[in-house]
Amino acid sequence: MLNRQQAPDFKQVSTINFIHPEKKVLDNGISVFTIYSGEQDLVRIEFIFDNVNWKSEKPLQAIAVSALINNGTNKLSAKEIAEQIDFYGAFFQTEYVQDQSSVTLYTLNKHLRSVLPIVKDVLSESQFPQQELDIYIQNQKQKLQVNLKKNDILARKEFAHALFGNTAYGVNIQAEHYDGLKREDLVDYFKAAYAPNNCTIIVSGKFDEASFNLLNDAFGKDWEKSNAIKNSFDFAATAKQTIYTEKPEALQSAIRIGQLAINRKHEDFSGLQILNTVLGGYFGSRLMNNIREDKGYTYGIGSGVSSLQQAGYLFIATEVGADVCAAALTEIYKEIEILKTELVGDKELNLVRNYMLGSMLGSLENVFSHADKFKNIYFAGLDYDYYAKYIETVKTITAEELLAMANKYLTTDHFTEVVIGNK
Amino acid sequence: MVDFNRFTLANGLKVLVHEDATTPMAVLNILYDVGARDEDPEKTGFAHLFEHLMFGGSVNIPNYDEPLQRVGGENNAFTSNDITNYYITLPAENIETAFWLESDRMLSLAFSEKSLDTQRNVVSEEFKQRYLNQPYGDVWLKLRPLAYKKHSYRWATIGKELSHIENATMDDVKAFFKKHYTPQNAILVVGGNVKTADVKKMAEKWFEPIPAGEKYNRNLIQEDSQTEARQETVRANVPLNAIYMAFKIPGRLNQDYYAFDLLSDILSRGQSSRLYNSLLKEQKLFSDINAYISSSLDPGLFIVEGKLVEGITIETAEKAIWAELEKLKNELVSETELTKVKNKVESVLVFSEMSLLDKAMNLAYYELLGDAAMLNQETEEFLKVEAKDIKRISNETFNHKSSSTLYYLTEENA
Repeated sequence: MLNRQQAPDFKQVSTINFIHPEKKVLDNGISVFTIYSGEQDLVRIEFIFDNVNWKSEKPLQAIAVSALINNGTNKLSAKEIAEQIDFYGAFFQTEYVQDQSSVTLYTLNKHLRSVLPIVKDVLSESQFPQQELDIYIQNQKQKLQVNLKKNDILARKEFAHALFGNTAYGVNIQAEHYDGLKREDLVDYFKAAYAPNNCTIIVSGKFDEASFNLLNDAFGKDWEKSNAIKNSFDFAATAKQTIYTEKPEALQSAIRIGQLAINRKHEDFSGLQILNTVLGGYFGSRLMNNIREDKGYTYGIGSGVSSLQQAGYLFIATEVGADVCAAALTEIYKEIEILKTELVGDKELNLVRNYMLGSMLGSLENVFSHADKFKNIYFAGLDYDYYAKYIETVKTITAEELLAMANKYLTTDHFTEVVIGNK
Repeated sequence: MVDFNRFTLANGLKVLVHEDATTPMAVLNILYDVGARDEDPEKTGFAHLFEHLMFGGSVNIPNYDEPLQRVGGENNAFTSNDITNYYITLPAENIETAFWLESDRMLSLAFSEKSLDTQRNVVSEEFKQRYLNQPYGDVWLKLRPLAYKKHSYRWATIGKELSHIENATMDDVKAFFKKHYTPQNAILVVGGNVKTADVKKMAEKWFEPIPAGEKYNRNLIQEDSQTEARQETVRANVPLNAIYMAFKIPGRLNQDYYAFDLLSDILSRGQSSRLYNSLLKEQKLFSDINAYISSSLDPGLFIVEGKLVEGITIETAEKAIWAELEKLKNELVSETELTKVKNKVESVLVFSEMSLLDKAMNLAYYELLGDAAMLNQETEEFLKVEAKDIKRISNETFNHKSSSTLYYLTEENA
């Protein structure tokens, strides 16, 4: 007779294999890290550039260059670039994040030879035509107007600004920043940042010797070096601060609470990630259990720890019914206080261990995810020992260590609390 | 190519297995053939609310999430107008836990009052967060009843109004479960580092004892063909004027689905597309412009939507969209342009095989369409589309008398 009340046997994840990259160097010195898999006939090539030459009076330089880099070269118009990339079924994506700007090409292997020269043209010869910049400014200002009507986005902007001020991590972009964009500033930034001596290439997928030679032919020469200074910021913990923007008509209030913390380079980072998981890092977390599953105040609540190159921070974020905003805040602080005063029980801690190990295993789904794992450590100046230590910490951290961690990093005296809506 | 094996249990549950030894993980995906289109017009939003209740404990297992997290697994679900889909990913060696959890909630739920109370609140907050407290968030709550007058696609999955969710009773919940959550109304896909023989054993152990239940025979009121242009104007606290145009198209199983999908790509996939170049870049009428199809099982919608540049009148913007649609009706698209969108589709299909979960979900969905093997014939079907098909369907579709247009205007324009 089947006993449905009895859970099947299970095992804790024991081994997690990371695919390590092979490193090669192009003729001009660019490092190329390749994570190989021959499963599918496709490849992803990422060109990653450090953000440089930060000027707080021109906060959109890097962002606008990233957005407009494929909008025209000496040879090709914006439309021609897009048409050619699309014709080969390839994907050309640009991304700007706090520390880096990247250009990513996804293509089937059979079209690699045809699309690489287009990407080279874009990365070395982009022109930033004035008419494209004008359209960009107009449309970005319109998008900003829409975003400023979204409470969660307002909360995110206010929070980052409170922690990081007018740096690349915290600047609160307004319409006038777009009005101030000048073509010359984009050209200058492009020349400074998108240069071979500021570039790292990460390849994942099917990529053989012949493909490497194609890459070297395109990017290993005829690409001007630059002198640029990598962005550098210093941050100090802030005193407790409360930011409240009232929106009388809001049905829900967006809440964002948190503070500066440590980043991946710090030895406590893995422990802090575990603490974060207990608090709000997964569906079964304390915040979800209390504020969604018990009280029904929200559709979702979560917490996170974020590692930037020159800072780290932790945050709690949610959108709750305006009528229960005050009650939700009380419950959030209550959960933090419990973590600082009571040991996490064995049952919960074991669940969190198993969940995090399964989650790590699941996050290595394919060759792209293996490359992402490599980027996390490489750009933080770490090696694969980091993951070995992470896994060991997840398996062995004690409740006492988590309690100490909570008292060290959840220092409510330094919290920044942002509420947009009604409280 | 997504390989699979297939068998059916005695109670009618269809099971598909996709073996992929390259991953240490496994996925268990279960699709129930029920969506918002199956709801009572007075109790809308129910299929989705029910999805939430599926996580509130089952007859033998008081808590669904905790035992799964304990074995290193994660799960989620979504509800559409057509289907409700649940999925679990976990280390493959612990796959039996997924069978245990998923079969128990197919057998019966705990039907806890506390869970119903809480999830009514959670879903109400979801309604506010996604539809009411966002600029333009309620567009589909307006556009659906404009485009559909009889079919149950006239409401969104979240429901027509908050009160329908607030008034849901435990009797409603039980009746819905009995009617729709039966083995013969479901498709189970197991993928990843598993063997078909093992999956078969576990499926027989955990799922086969579940009673077959009664077969639900869908008999939805179909939409009459539209013969008059419909137009509605909404004013709201939004910063920009926007326009939404909806045209009726055939359902997902119609052969023209592939042509419609390519047609929407020609109009708006990426920065080489027509609407982006003509209306946004050259004429500078829109700051944002898109076209897409709803891909629904019953006759669906072809949508064109855009946000207007400040100072452009809605009439000018609408006229410009029509001019682009007229071009498609009068001129054949070039072979280059058609090849471009076909190449892109081919590429997308290859890249989608990078994700185990996507493969499992796709197998379940294509099995619902009639045969999971269709998934592997998609590229060929797209390649068959010719320029004259695009022209023909454009003529059949883009007509004023079968259009539904929503002007979504800023309050200052009132």
